[in-house]
Amino acid sequence: MTPDLMRAGADVRRHAEERAAAPQTGSSGGRVASYSRIVTPGQLDIAHGAILYLDDITVSFDGFKALNALSMSISAGELRCIIGPNGAGKTTMMDVITGKTRPDAGRCFFGSTIDLLRMRENEIASAGIGRKFQKPTVFEHLSVFENLELALKADRGVRASLFFRLSGAQLDKIGEMLVLIHLKDHAQRTAGMLSHGQKQWLEIGMLLMQNPRLLLLDEPVAGMTDEETERTAELFLSLEGSHSLVVVEHDMKFIHALTHGNPAKKVTVLHEGSVLAEGSLADVQADEKVVEVYLGR
Amino acid sequence: MSAVLPLPALAPRRSMLLGMKGWLGVTIALAVVAVIVPIANLLVPAGSVFHLSDYAVQLVAKIMCYAMAALAMDLIWGYTGILSLGHGVFFALGGYAMGMYLMRQIGSDGQYRMPMPDFMVFLNWKEFPWHWALSNSFVAQMALVVLAPGLLAFVFGFFAFRSRIKGVYFSIITQAMTFAMMLLFFRNETGFGGNNGFTDFKRILGIPIATPSMRMTLFVITGCTLIGFYLMARAIVGSKFGRVLQAIRDAESRVMFTGYDPLRYKLAIWTLSAVMCGIAGALYVPQVGIINPSEMTPAASIEIAIWAAVGGRATLIGPIIGAFVVNGAKSVFTQHMPEYWLYVLGAMFIAVTLFLPGGVVGLARHPRVLALLGKSARKEDGASS
Repeated sequence: MTPDLMRAGADVRRHAEERAAAPQTGSSGGRVASYSRIVTPGQLDIAHGAILYLDDITVSFDGFKALNALSMSISAGELRCIIGPNGAGKTTMMDVITGKTRPDAGRCFFGSTIDLLRMRENEIASAGIGRKFQKPTVFEHLSVFENLELALKADRGVRASLFFRLSGAQLDKIGEMLVLIHLKDHAQRTAGMLSHGQKQWLEIGMLLMQNPRLLLLDEPVAGMTDEETERTAELFLSLEGSHSLVVVEHDMKFIHALTHGNPAKKVTVLHEGSVLAEGSLADVQADEKVVEVYLGR
Repeated sequence: MSAVLPLPALAPRRSMLLGMKGWLGVTIALAVVAVIVPIANLLVPAGSVFHLSDYAVQLVAKIMCYAMAALAMDLIWGYTGILSLGHGVFFALGGYAMGMYLMRQIGSDGQYRMPMPDFMVFLNWKEFPWHWALSNSFVAQMALVVLAPGLLAFVFGFFAFRSRIKGVYFSIITQAMTFAMMLLFFRNETGFGGNNGFTDFKRILGIPIATPSMRMTLFVITGCTLIGFYLMARAIVGSKFGRVLQAIRDAESRVMFTGYDPLRYKLAIWTLSAVMCGIAGALYVPQVGIINPSEMTPAASIEIAIWAAVGGRATLIGPIIGAFVVNGAKSVFTQHMPEYWLYVLGAMFIAVTLFLPGGVVGLARHPRVLALLGKSARKEDGASS
């Protein structure tokens, strides 16, 4: 964190010095319009409080509108749960954010400056958005250790990986992650041999290795035992604040565990490609429209 | 937290390229191709049991070239999961680049006693086509051996991978590519000797090509190149780059969402694989003495994939063994019952696909076979090893 702060400070100072040195002409003193912060391309800007901003996103497949003018914003450090019946557009929304699907219309920003619709999947991932798939997706023929090693934040270029050597600090990081995801005793096992729940954890571990700012988690506890689900909820709650999380889930018990009955924590209900309701879990569950959608009419 | 963990134990040991046994194997292989075969062929008298005939030397040399192509196929198919049915083109392009140089080396000793290659005289051409401009230079043609297949693979791969063409669709367009190239090389006006191709070579670097010592020199170079390629491939698959390739094979979307650009990785290994094939083809031509468009038939490319499958994919040593097994069988069968060879090849492929998904190497590593050999089976099947 500190080097970043120092660099930002140096930038501010240089900017001020440049301004002072600029010829004083006109009433503005030679200054051009400024918004008081320096925009660094590719750098996440969350000064406005939002880390993810979806505006009027529409995606249609052969006339069927998977997303219909969806607008939503996620605050920095927030843990947002998203629920909705099948076909509500939850996965499509994640596809749009991660660059897998291009929307027909709308805007999608990461922070206030990074336009996600102009980027490819791998660039979005490098910018700091991690995604967990609905079906656990790990590298089945590599060991657990190697899975985490590939996810480790490092130069993604071809030449860099050809000559890559693990440093001691990186090894420590992998070791800590193995402890965190309870797979320390399985480090050398082939990932394909893990249980379903363990694969889910490994995938979450791989996400965290990338050091993302925003985590998109598509049904992260599917196929987990009750105990594993509980531990996952604990893990997510510990990440809240330092990371922003978007959790799509059907398991209401899990949503309960994540929101803890805290009315400040928002839950979003999607239906037919747009937001049906948003609010605390209790409010949302009391909402008549939501009850109708979930229980049928 | 990290201080109390026995972390070094978690990290896989990667200090050496190969284990002790591996290095022993490489040393033996090197000794065989560089010492034992030359002695057995050149110094041991023809009547002795230890004598190796010229025919056997040439056959092994030819198969070693095939083995290089199979090894290249393993990198792209076995490790990256991209089945190419067009590797024959890269092999042939390397061969043609070498063949052009060898044609110029014939000089005025051809049938027509003219300074131009016979097929050009026959076509009544007065001067060399543009792409023959550098054919008199050994260095330039050797550069072409690398550049021609490399460039074709790079351009083809760039568009195919950028359009995210995958799986069977990619295989089909590689097959179409090899067919199109074959038709192109069949034509007389493209300047590659038409359906006869290039043959009747006399010299290489001014030295007569058909002498025992020249043949042996080429054999040793081929053997050492194969061993070098094997070590290079081992180093690649043992690096993080190699693990990204396997990750692409297992879950390409996860690779993308982890921040890697699969296009670059696929393009790098695809181009490298094509260049390896080109070099194999260039070594093949002077030893076999002919290159013609039949090397570009779709079947020739499919055969490369069969060698890799029979030997065992994603093992590196497997495709080399596969090339020897299949081509060994081929030379036996085509001598005794040539009409049945294709049936045997097909049966071999089906048998391997159905019963031996891991190929010959997979069979040797099977727990029951290991038990039979009195070794303890490994705890877990590490397909990545």
